[in-house]
Amino acid sequence: MTLEEKVINIIMEQLGVTREECVPEAAFIEDLGADSLDLVELIMEMEENFGITIADNELEKIRTIQDAIAFLKSKGVS
Amino acid sequence: MTNRRRVVITGLGAVTPVGNSAREAWENVCAGRSGIGPITRFDTTGHQTTIAGEVKNFDALAFVDKKWLRRLDLFIIYALAASDMAMADAALTGDTAGGDRAGTIIGSAIGGLSSMETAKEAFDRGGPRKISPFALPAALGNLAAGHVSIRYSLRGPINCTTTACSAGNHAIGDSYRIIAGGWADVMLAGGAEAAVTPLGIGGFNVMRAMSLRNDEPERASRPFDRDRDGFVISEGCGLVVLEEMNRALDRGARIYAEIVGYGSTADAFHLAAPPPGHAGAARCMREAIRDAGLRPEDIDYINAHGTSTPINDAYETAAVKDVFGEHSRKIAISSTKSMTGHMLGATGGVEAIFTAKAVEEGILPPTINLDNPDPECDLDYVPHRARRQEIRVALSSTFGFGGANAVIVLRKFVP
Repeated sequence: MTLEEKVINIIMEQLGVTREECVPEAAFIEDLGADSLDLVELIMEMEENFGITIADNELEKIRTIQDAIAFLKSKGVS
Repeated sequence: MTNRRRVVITGLGAVTPVGNSAREAWENVCAGRSGIGPITRFDTTGHQTTIAGEVKNFDALAFVDKKWLRRLDLFIIYALAASDMAMADAALTGDTAGGDRAGTIIGSAIGGLSSMETAKEAFDRGGPRKISPFALPAALGNLAAGHVSIRYSLRGPINCTTTACSAGNHAIGDSYRIIAGGWADVMLAGGAEAAVTPLGIGGFNVMRAMSLRNDEPERASRPFDRDRDGFVISEGCGLVVLEEMNRALDRGARIYAEIVGYGSTADAFHLAAPPPGHAGAARCMREAIRDAGLRPEDIDYINAHGTSTPINDAYETAAVKDVFGEHSRKIAISSTKSMTGHMLGATGGVEAIFTAKAVEEGILPPTINLDNPDPECDLDYVPHRARRQEIRVALSSTFGFGGANAVIVLRKFVP
């Protein structure tokens, strides 16, 4: 499974959205209906799955699905 | 009280160990069926008690979507399910329930115990950052009422009674007063509980409060019987729609019964034990009857607290004799906990439903397992089999830890 697929699976599970909605530009809050608590849990799930730590000040960089994937790649996740 | 508005019950919703709707639960208690069995929810190794009244074959996804399933404690999911059924039964929706003039009080003895346990496990594994942001919102007792208010746009009074085993009755009684006094026209009220968890079982076991009759689950809850050895914990939710009478009549609602009185008293004595004699329970029943403007002789039926603990059932019987005197021989009393087990904070809600149905249909549910009545328990407990009998007025009693007593009075509805 590619990184993109893994990330989208987590998002589908956490936010209860369909694969079709998970386009790269989709923003978690505006497009996928997440609220602030959803985002916290989503980040925790990514930390758990990819064995990384995401600092609070890095969160603001992650607005869309492609942001999340780019961020994970920058952390060396593949 | 003069100028008190009349309040009627127009909707019933329940999730119980004896059925996942008010109708199914009522049919099963009238048939004398027990909902008690071995605990399946977790591994009971090391626990003294290994039986409980679990809710069975419950399809949570019929009431909440997948995303929310993991974020809500089971007691909240039960409450959402019961609220859907009660509102549908009352033929009310979020648009017609009353908005600013409608509210909800849903009691819970413990709230989201399982969610707390899960959060602590995560904390122990990985530290504070591993606690889910949904852990506390799932555990907070008032979030059953919170989620229900959101679903049905109930913007009037909201509360969560946490008076242990009396929580459901306090929710209904307080809601009754809110409508009677004019602060709202519709209230969705009752209790929800889901404490069949390792801490729930272990905690009550060390208090020596629960039955150890693990090899005969269906016979373990035996209120008023000589061989009773403690209560059987169970779970679920019972909610009733309370509505100002004229509003209900104007829209042609089905009316199950009228709620006409409420007693709410404290023992002010001990955290778990009743006071010497039987003053606490007796005073609460008297207060409820007085509040209804009735005399003890007017009461035909009592849905008892009847927990199956050695102390409660003798104590409650003595209190009934004290309040009703000679008339206590003529009152029919049953403990539906003999079949449902003890749903703690939910019990008042579910037993209000059974009491309303008893009044409406003129059928008394039985006390099962009453094979050898305790000599101290010598009243008419409707043993073994349901009975047809006209009921004009009934009490539903609950007595909780903390010395919290709540009794409600239901009357057959006559416009």
